[in-house]
Amino acid sequence: MPRDTLTGSRIRERRAIKGLRQADLARQVGISPSYLNLIEHNRRRIGGKLLVDLAEVLGVEPSMLTEGAEAALIATLREAADEAGLATAETDRAEEFAGRFPGWAEVLSWSHRRIASLERTVETLSDRLTHDPRLAASLHEVLSTAAAIRSTASILAETGELEPEWRDRFHKNLNEDSARLADSSKALVNYLDDSATGEDHRGAPQEEVEAFMAANGHHFPALEAGTADPDAIVAAAPELTGRAARQVARAVLGQYLADAAAMPLEPFAGAVKVQGLDPLALAAAFDVDLPAVFRRIAALPEAALPGEVGLVICDASGSILFRKAITGFALPRFGEACPLWPLFTALSRPLVPIRRRVSQLGRAVAEFDCLAVAWPDGPPGFDRDPLYRSIMLILPLRHGEGTAAAAQPVGGTCRVCPRSGCDARREPSILSEGF
Amino acid sequence: MGRHVLLIEDEANITEAIRFLLTREGWTVDTHADGRDAIEVIRAAKPDLVILDVMLPGKSGMDILRELRDSDGLRDLPVLMLTARGQSRDREMAEKAGVNRFMTKPFSNAEVVTAVRDLYAQASRT
Repeated sequence: MPRDTLTGSRIRERRAIKGLRQADLARQVGISPSYLNLIEHNRRRIGGKLLVDLAEVLGVEPSMLTEGAEAALIATLREAADEAGLATAETDRAEEFAGRFPGWAEVLSWSHRRIASLERTVETLSDRLTHDPRLAASLHEVLSTAAAIRSTASILAETGELEPEWRDRFHKNLNEDSARLADSSKALVNYLDDSATGEDHRGAPQEEVEAFMAANGHHFPALEAGTADPDAIVAAAPELTGRAARQVARAVLGQYLADAAAMPLEPFAGAVKVQGLDPLALAAAFDVDLPAVFRRIAALPEAALPGEVGLVICDASGSILFRKAITGFALPRFGEACPLWPLFTALSRPLVPIRRRVSQLGRAVAEFDCLAVAWPDGPPGFDRDPLYRSIMLILPLRHGEGTAAAAQPVGGTCRVCPRSGCDARREPSILSEGF
Repeated sequence: MGRHVLLIEDEANITEAIRFLLTREGWTVDTHADGRDAIEVIRAAKPDLVILDVMLPGKSGMDILRELRDSDGLRDLPVLMLTARGQSRDREMAEKAGVNRFMTKPFSNAEVVTAVRDLYAQASRT
């Protein structure tokens, strides 16, 4: 039914909301109840003074009676009907519904918006679980320990005569599991609390250093300008609470300082602007090796870069030593990264630069240009094996960029990677897609 | 020979509790904690029923279940699956893979014992 023919329905609804009888309203606006009845059943069109008078008595703007509910409400109702798969004939009557039952229409509209909001929350949490191996592992640990405690406690409580040997064993198990549950619950709560305040959980020294680097945007103007040294910056950093973390941070900043000396900010940023992120050209231009160029690119201020840049460094055991996160590329907090990353491929071919277009599965598939190289760390020696490290620069790929070859799919870490049939899988995924 | 269950679970204390419960019910309980060689272990043990954890080192319980259902002689082996993830889609996936019963952690002892008893009774009737 067209919107402007529903004025009577809206008048009737508003009158009912106000608790007025038809006769009372008719009397107050100076018309007969039978005429009002015709109006309310949309059999008489009204306008002008009568409309204004009715609106005044009903306590609404005249437009509310003629135009009915707002277009947004109608649109929301249609959207809700579409998503519910309601028949077209019913959907077409959204205006009539909103006109006749504005209160219910508001309720339905609010519920629909609320569902959409909750769906977004669920999606966000799922996304977090997908990309947050630590959260997933913590939850699994808590549930498994709770299962062991529940089962053991039930045996102790419900078994009438328990042999002393079994009883002692179960008491011991209960004691162990309750301690484990206390630890894992505390770790989970701390983690969630820290996440809620926007801070990362501080555990390993590398995590404190990562928080410190992130807080500074991975860029230190005072070091660039020579107005502060690593010791002073580390001493003033609130993120670095432990001695080990401060030591790691000093080493990172020492390397930063050396890189900045070899590739001063202004000329390096200028070269990036002219040549783009071409590490080989930059290495040649500044006479440095590729790892230094990768580190320096990741240390540039955002304004000097064409987009986000991620960086990961590992040692020969595969342990992640340093990471600069990039949107869409899941980096596990604690080692255990996907062995398909070019970072690890490079370890098998030291000093050979590797470039791979990779895609990482998450809520959405994101593609990246990954450049990696492994190099012997430390001075060479005849009587000792070299210690290799590997570094990977992660650049986002926009649609259509990169080579024609299909991107190599990689994961974050096995536990939360949904890829099935992966030769590199170390352990089952807790995500159903991986089963 | 008595009723024989193989419990494949890597949480040692869960294993101990279930073994105790079922042993008292008259079951012979063998245990195993690794997913990698689970199929071989099942084939060698020839149990009447398998209790299978989903998250196992080396191989997922879901993958083991799928292999079981594709294996001659093990296709009809009753499987009770235990998991810390109880979302409906996980349950659907397990059912699709051919699970006989799906149970989420933390479970009650009575549930486990009843499920084992029921599955055995059903299998004995067929």
